[in-house]
Amino acid sequence: MTGSQKHLKGMSYAKYGYLFALPFILIFLIFTLYPTIYTFVLAFTDAHGVGNEVKFLDEPFSNFTKILTNKTFITCFKNTVKLWIMNFIPQITLAMLLTAWFTARRVTVKGQGLFKVLFYMPNIITAATIAILFNALFQYPKGPVNDIIMGIGLRDSAFYFLNSKSASQMLVAFIQFWIWYGNTMIVLISGVLGISPDIYEAADIDGANSAQIFFQITIPNLKTVLLYTLVTSLIGGLNMFDIPKLFNRGGPDNATATASVFIYDKAFTGKQLFAQAAAASIFMFIIIAACSALLFYIMRDKDAIAMEKMKKAELKARRKGASVL
Amino acid sequence: MSQKASSRKGSLAYKILQYVVCILLAFLSLFPFIVMIVNATRSSNQIQSHALSFIPSHYLMNNMKVLTTKTFHPLVGFKNSAIISICATALSVYFSTLTAYAIVAYDWKLKKGFFAVIMAIMMIPATVSSIGFYQFMYKIGLTNNFAALILPAIAAPSTVFFMRQYMIPALPMEIVQSARIDGAGEFRTFNQIVLPLCKPGMATQAIFIFVFQWNNLFMPMILLTQKEKWTMPMMVSQLSGDMYKTEYGAVYLGLLLTVLPIFVIYFLLSKYIIAGVALGGVKE
Repeated sequence: MTGSQKHLKGMSYAKYGYLFALPFILIFLIFTLYPTIYTFVLAFTDAHGVGNEVKFLDEPFSNFTKILTNKTFITCFKNTVKLWIMNFIPQITLAMLLTAWFTARRVTVKGQGLFKVLFYMPNIITAATIAILFNALFQYPKGPVNDIIMGIGLRDSAFYFLNSKSASQMLVAFIQFWIWYGNTMIVLISGVLGISPDIYEAADIDGANSAQIFFQITIPNLKTVLLYTLVTSLIGGLNMFDIPKLFNRGGPDNATATASVFIYDKAFTGKQLFAQAAAASIFMFIIIAACSALLFYIMRDKDAIAMEKMKKAELKARRKGASVL
Repeated sequence: MSQKASSRKGSLAYKILQYVVCILLAFLSLFPFIVMIVNATRSSNQIQSHALSFIPSHYLMNNMKVLTTKTFHPLVGFKNSAIISICATALSVYFSTLTAYAIVAYDWKLKKGFFAVIMAIMMIPATVSSIGFYQFMYKIGLTNNFAALILPAIAAPSTVFFMRQYMIPALPMEIVQSARIDGAGEFRTFNQIVLPLCKPGMATQAIFIFVFQWNNLFMPMILLTQKEKWTMPMMVSQLSGDMYKTEYGAVYLGLLLTVLPIFVIYFLLSKYIIAGVALGGVKE
């Protein structure tokens, strides 16, 4: 009887696994894998404009050399990294500080629920709207922020934020920081709440103070979550588009243009140089894939454990199912 | 004694510092939106003379008239965004749950490899293959067609990953087994027994997918060139153009209209949304 059952499970049910995963696989092949390969192929052609004949290049890598020696692309790539660093360092610092405050077991902050709701809020609002709202707030010579600056006597005259390279960069970084610190904080808090309370109790018994507990127990135990935050933020940062594109149209003088803004402008404005945009995409793809591989490597062990557990649970369920039979 | 008193004073100062920082940050979250809401009701002249005010005025309808007589059509954008977001969310949640079920409930040869691929591509954003995607859609005539934005949602690796993690503890396989004994087909078992059990997890994912789709700018901007197909974020991007250069009141009103649905969703569901973010963060 068990033999025939095994046969049932091993043979006739396996096809449902394939069948149920089929829509995902088909759509993935058509809408993700094929376009990705197609982007790779286009990077070796002279594709430009709409309706032009596409030819492979005689020198296959000339799009890549063009892109990597293009001053604008280099500026955009540097901006992308710079803007990400300028937003990530304050973001993770503030998120850690708030996590320490909100998870402290001795002195808790009251109204935490409301604070969390408000800190997270910018993350859920349309980024395009936020970009243009901040553009409106920093208008010159008459804008709400200039009103405040002159109202409290910080400056005698209005400051032209959108015309200053460094001010524009700082503001784009600030908007990114403002959108993401609440999200990072909630992720870190849930990481801290996942740490076994026994460790904290032991530290209490040993007479450790709050700072010692935070730096010697919380942070080491949070390592995986911190790395996860770092890598996901880095990948998101390398794709930064909405805020830089709409806050100040990448300007002034490309100071806030990112790699994604460059790719969009190359492919969808002016001469529509799809092939060069594809080469720039592939360059970004390689960097992002390397970051993903790093994340995959970091998360690998834990997932293997989860898979094992899943198998054990399945086995258990099966044994139970068999005993019912 | 005095040492204790000073440490108590120190901890009081520390506590005050905590609340000051938290209240400042809360204000920082609200301030831009307060300015947006108040200025949406003020005339462009009022904003020109005093850009910052907390007292609403009575030019809301006037701003609406200015806003809608140009390129910004809130109802068109709202309808288009709603169609795309609702369809994409429904497809994504249903098929991701089905795919997760295929991974959790069945043993098939390529399962491990399939799951590894899902993990590997989860982090690669769609924007890096956008050039090939656009060219492909152009060739098969799907630019300016919502299907190009809706159908890809069926293959959502991160949602499959989440649903798999959710299903492992939440779905007792005994129930599936007994449904089999009762003679229910596998597909019917999924629809009538598994789906209801996964509702809470699906709801959490639905919120995030909907918000992501509603806010998405890059893909619609590439694919949709006809004005009557524009989504809300694309309408918004028009507000910084020359067309609305001096119409400050209308710009603020346009911004307000685009975020209104998100505000409503957020303040009704913030508890679940924040719980969902926390869950997503420890998914590894």
